[in-house]
Amino acid sequence: MALSMTRDERKTPLEAWVLMAPALAILAVITFYPLLRTLYFSFTDAQISAAGTSGNFVGFDNYAYAASDAGFHAALIRTIVFTVSSVALETVMGVAVALLLNQEFKGRAIARTAIILPWAVPNIVNAMMWRLIMNPEYGALNAALTQTGILGAYRSWLGDPSTALAMVIFADVWKNFPLVAFVALAALQTVPSELYEAARIDGAGPWSRFRFVTLPGIVAPLLVAIVLRSIEAFRVFDIIYVMTRGGPIDSTKTVSFYVYQTYFSYLDAGTGAAYAVIVALLSAVMISGYILVIRRQEAK
Amino acid sequence: MKEFKFAVAGAVTLLAGVASLSPALAETTLNALFMKQAAYSEDDVKAMTADFEKAHPDVKVNLEFVPYESLHDKIVTAQASGSGYDVVLFDVIWPAEFAKGNFLKDVTSKIPAADSSKVFDGAWSTVTYDGKRYGMPWILDTKYLYYNTEMLQKAGIDHPPKTWAELEADAKVIKDQKIVEYPIVWSWSQAEALICDYTTLVSAYGGSFFKDGKPSFNEDGALDALKFMKTSLDDKVTNPNSREYLEEDVRKTFSNGDAAFALNWTYMYNQANDPAQSKIAGKVGVAPAPGVEGKSEVSAMNGSMGLGVTSGSKHPDEAWSFISYLTSQDVQNKYAKLSLPIWKSSYDDPAVAKGQEQLVAAAKQSIAVMYPRPMIASYQRLSSVLQTQIQSALFGSSEPKAAMDEAAHQASRLR
Repeated sequence: MALSMTRDERKTPLEAWVLMAPALAILAVITFYPLLRTLYFSFTDAQISAAGTSGNFVGFDNYAYAASDAGFHAALIRTIVFTVSSVALETVMGVAVALLLNQEFKGRAIARTAIILPWAVPNIVNAMMWRLIMNPEYGALNAALTQTGILGAYRSWLGDPSTALAMVIFADVWKNFPLVAFVALAALQTVPSELYEAARIDGAGPWSRFRFVTLPGIVAPLLVAIVLRSIEAFRVFDIIYVMTRGGPIDSTKTVSFYVYQTYFSYLDAGTGAAYAVIVALLSAVMISGYILVIRRQEAK
Repeated sequence: MKEFKFAVAGAVTLLAGVASLSPALAETTLNALFMKQAAYSEDDVKAMTADFEKAHPDVKVNLEFVPYESLHDKIVTAQASGSGYDVVLFDVIWPAEFAKGNFLKDVTSKIPAADSSKVFDGAWSTVTYDGKRYGMPWILDTKYLYYNTEMLQKAGIDHPPKTWAELEADAKVIKDQKIVEYPIVWSWSQAEALICDYTTLVSAYGGSFFKDGKPSFNEDGALDALKFMKTSLDDKVTNPNSREYLEEDVRKTFSNGDAAFALNWTYMYNQANDPAQSKIAGKVGVAPAPGVEGKSEVSAMNGSMGLGVTSGSKHPDEAWSFISYLTSQDVQNKYAKLSLPIWKSSYDDPAVAKGQEQLVAAAKQSIAVMYPRPMIASYQRLSSVLQTQIQSALFGSSEPKAAMDEAAHQASRLR
């Protein structure tokens, strides 16, 4: 849309700045200031103390440490695994559910309302709920799987380093796929039905219709949803804090949790800040990548 | 100027005098931070506080309870942001770090000299760093060995194990007789609880964390401690879910009759014996954690906690009087069911021992040998390194020796 604007419309008159000023002021206080402070700390050996946080300038020492810290690297890789898998699953499930909800059937309104429920559940509550469901002794998941014969005996889910991250991803997908589903559903309703008719006349099967009619019609809004989810998934913290606290053997310790631990458990504000800056930069790279893709999509 | 000050002081005194006659008093509000699990229950702390408020009508105390796992971070973030608590409950492993960051007031001069000899040394070491006291010890605690008397009887075992090897053997008998699938349950989640269990075993095997300032947990007794843990898992006598359990999970498993042995704090004794919360009430035995032949009679670690006044508190005097009240012998004797007093003479008080003679007898032995975790400012980081590497060995991701060597390597860089 931005590309279709004329030069005159793009000018930013004074009123726009005036109108935006309050929002910018708030943004400056709650975003830019902490960001600059974090950037400053990342070049110091600051420790948290009761008198406040302060330290001496140490140059790029913290960054050098971060570059050599195997724990930080492992946390980064884990976070990327978490982000890619949960966003991919959420997208596939979200689109699939949206396609179903776009069909005419009795009770569709109820189904559409029900599907949003997981998304309305607060993160902490969602995490608590799944922790209970996945409890090794009295969790509903074990009961369901053994009673249906899928699983031979009760097992540990969150306490097993080979499954813990997958189970946390599962809980995250359950909570967040409705967002993708709703964006996709809204987009589906903008795809003109004539296109499907034309495709059908041309002999297109269901898969071809999805690939060449549906997908191009919803891809732009879907990309926006994917961007939002990716940014959120990359900084995942609360669900980890409640479900596993990073364990077992660090298998669910994502980079946000790692930063939190360095900052608040070890009181090492300098190193923690350097980690945080690196994570913010990586997020920025990821977001720029998405923006490029979206731009290209719009230009088509 | 001086006269003016006197006049003001006089007027204030007069006003205060008048004010104290009227029912509307100038109230001081204290904010206090406690923990949710283990030791005194929330109800106990609320009841003690209500009694304190009754005796001090001008002081009101707001209580906040958080899980132990959040306690440390809550204390430091609240303090560093300049707002927060007057009184905080703190763990034995934090004074070094808190002293460095100036989080707590040095209260050495406020503690009556006469109290020094009346309270256990282990309790004092909980609040002491570099010769200064940063609070009053309150929860004097260590890990005890709990056993299910009925299960032992069924297996033909007539006394609780005296050594860890004996415990392992007893557990095998119980398992072989199919009395319970996994006889032993621990709190080996990736958390401080794991280090508490591990430290108990380190003390039994005569190991140490540091020798001459260098990590020594990758050798001798400290390594044997980890090997014991791993063997008990390999022999399937330890509940494998222990690796995701905290103390409350241990209590639930034991109280549910799903374990013959459990390592846990004082508080479990009366809760596991409470028919409302436990299926095995009346069948709970407690003993000091076992020793190792030729190395130790019994084993114990210092898991005590203290109450301190934060350095930012605006009401340090009221805060101290609240702490003095909670840690006083009378109050501790009255609420001795979930946490035992810090006062030596309480252990010979029949009123304290009543109904829990076995626990008090075990405590007398254990408290004398409480082994400390390292008292260093970077303890939190060290603990985190140890938790990860111990778990790595327990899950079989690495051999115990390799895991502890890696921990020692990481720990040698701690500042």
